[in-house]
Amino acid sequence: MRIHVAFVTACALASAAQSLHADPRVPVDDREVVERLPVAPGAEAQELRALRAALAQAPGDLGLAVRVARGYVAIGRSTGDPRYAGYAQAALAPWWHLADPPIEVQVLRATLRQRVHDFDGALADLDAVLTRAPRNAQARLTRATVLTVQSRLDEAAQECARLKGLVDELIALACSENVGGLTGRLRQSEARLRAALVRSTDTDPGTHSWVAAGLAEMAERAGNTEAAAAGFRDALAADPDDVYSLAAYADQLLDHDRPEAVIRLLKARTRVDGLLLRYALAAQRLGRDDALSSIEQLRARFDASRRRGDRVHLREEARFLLHLARDVPGALTVAKENWSVQKEPADARVLLEAALAARDEASRRVVQSWVALHHLEDAKLTNMLRKSNPIRN
Amino acid sequence: MRIAIALLLLISAHFAWAHKPSDSYLTLMSTDSAVDGRWDIALRDLDYALGLDADQDGAITWGELRARHDDIAAYALARLKLDADGTACATRMIRHEIDDHSDGAYAVLRFRADCSHQPVALNIDYRLFFDLDAQHKGLLGLTHGGATQSVIFSADAPRRHIAIGAPDHWREFGDYLRNGVWHIWIGFDHILFLLSLLLPAVLLRRDRRWQAGESFAAAFREVAKVVTAFTVAHSITLSIAALGVVSPPSRWVESAIAASVVLAALNNIRPVVTGRRWIMAFVFGLVHGFGFAAVLVDLGLPKANLLIALVAFNGGVELGQLAIVTAFLPVAWWLRQGLFYRRVVFMAGSIAVAAIAAAWLIERAFDVRLVT
Repeated sequence: MRIHVAFVTACALASAAQSLHADPRVPVDDREVVERLPVAPGAEAQELRALRAALAQAPGDLGLAVRVARGYVAIGRSTGDPRYAGYAQAALAPWWHLADPPIEVQVLRATLRQRVHDFDGALADLDAVLTRAPRNAQARLTRATVLTVQSRLDEAAQECARLKGLVDELIALACSENVGGLTGRLRQSEARLRAALVRSTDTDPGTHSWVAAGLAEMAERAGNTEAAAAGFRDALAADPDDVYSLAAYADQLLDHDRPEAVIRLLKARTRVDGLLLRYALAAQRLGRDDALSSIEQLRARFDASRRRGDRVHLREEARFLLHLARDVPGALTVAKENWSVQKEPADARVLLEAALAARDEASRRVVQSWVALHHLEDAKLTNMLRKSNPIRN
Repeated sequence: MRIAIALLLLISAHFAWAHKPSDSYLTLMSTDSAVDGRWDIALRDLDYALGLDADQDGAITWGELRARHDDIAAYALARLKLDADGTACATRMIRHEIDDHSDGAYAVLRFRADCSHQPVALNIDYRLFFDLDAQHKGLLGLTHGGATQSVIFSADAPRRHIAIGAPDHWREFGDYLRNGVWHIWIGFDHILFLLSLLLPAVLLRRDRRWQAGESFAAAFREVAKVVTAFTVAHSITLSIAALGVVSPPSRWVESAIAASVVLAALNNIRPVVTGRRWIMAFVFGLVHGFGFAAVLVDLGLPKANLLIALVAFNGGVELGQLAIVTAFLPVAWWLRQGLFYRRVVFMAGSIAVAAIAAAWLIERAFDVRLVT
């Protein structure tokens, strides 16, 4: 029976791999659709296309270039499609390699650098901007975000404090309370931010979605499942296509053993790799037929990314290796590498899971000390740590 | 409030990815003075650059793509410059295909670059899409002489100087020499044939019985004659077969080789030819030569350096033989007096060899499997 299952699995894998690496072909029917283009958000994309055409005529026009770059960065964030980052960078080409580019360009350069997880490069740009323009709100907010990702939480808190008066009150508060929620004041921070969100009635959908998703994550860490789910739904109601909220909500659903809800949520969105990962995790748990093909597709995408020399998707790759490819040593290696780049609760989670699976006490202790150092409250993480006794080999 | 929107759109550190960034896959194969290329470029990228979706319905049909094949070839090939040691190679399109990658459909451009000579170094200048997508990368696999090197082109590193190296005749000679030695070493049929002929060299046939030989010089001469005859014979057929003058079917050749081993071994058990074994070595050597030629052809013969390959491979075969003979003769000479040599090594050995070779003969002649 076991052999039989293994054989069927091997055949399925082989055929899936084959379908991904078929030989080149020449279609016979002119009507055959060979590729569907991703639908870029309508009016904005139209406007951007016109701007890009104008920029092509006048590539040295700084104002135009910055508008084009900002437009692509924005589409890139909402669609999660890295090509737009490349388009934005191309628009800034005349200034990209300057040591001291115009302030707007340097802020955008920092944004694009943090997207490929060049956090130190991004911080260098942001420091330079803030020396020249201390009241640049964008630079402060981006700096606070990068510092949070790097778990430099004291500095992040200072940066958020300096935002007061520079930006909308809700945004400044969300910045501070998000950091507060990671440093031992989870319940107060959540309550304060929730009250502020309720108070501000004229919030735009993008801000609302961002704050609501942050609140949902805090609720989840506090162990308040219902409030968390409601928060993610609130965030998605404000911005249904927000990739970050979709991924975070899917993770929450997976943690509470609701894989069918994940399938429903992400079925039409698997073109985005991060969402395909969650979809595959849910499909595997349900024993669905498309689990294997999703796994093979992910494997192919991670391989492609490694071939081009990218190390951006380490957190997701570690989860893929641990739960889907079942390569425990590989997962631990990638999880450790990821931890050297970014240190958020999700990074700690995958490192701890890999450490427990691989019985690696050193990595388990890394997570334990990190949680203790920041007084991090995270129901799932502390529960896992409590249940795992020191590993003895 | 608009400020807030702009602010949030720009902070996204925790979510940086989805899809795949833009890559193209370039495979180049350098042979003599030409470079054969296969270039896979995402249709999505080509659409961004050239606008392939003629009716703007969000779907690219084969018809829409086909109508733009010339534009695509012109656009892409203008952004890939190959030169051989400073002299530009002219690229021309061979055909268009499509292929499905993990992130969508790619146009496959098959092209050929004709260079004036076989390059020592290939200079590649890759400029595809960098002006539109600064994070685009070109992933190159360059194959030359069986080795593949990988190169990543990016906006910051669009040019590469790749040393292919002048054809190294000495290295080529060494490779074929090694292959010749290796083939004798793993070719049990050749070894057994040779040993069957050499086993009696340290013995004398007197009164229908085998006795220990009396003179080392005589034994040495006998060995030398057999080996030389075998060598001359297989060199002849190896050459004419490798040059394509004759090419007998391999099943016949392989069967005849097995038969030669059977006969050589049987001749030790019930001698028919005793005096002039070198004639036997010569006749069957002709057959073994065809067998060597088949291996050499399988290795791939360089058209330019056919003679080098032939001489080197043959030389390798001789060296291999020489090693076997050098190991054999002193031991056989030392053992020749005892019954062990005559009964066990010579008689039982010959019977075993005849049996094994008979099995090979049946397998090869009738295309069946008896022993693995």
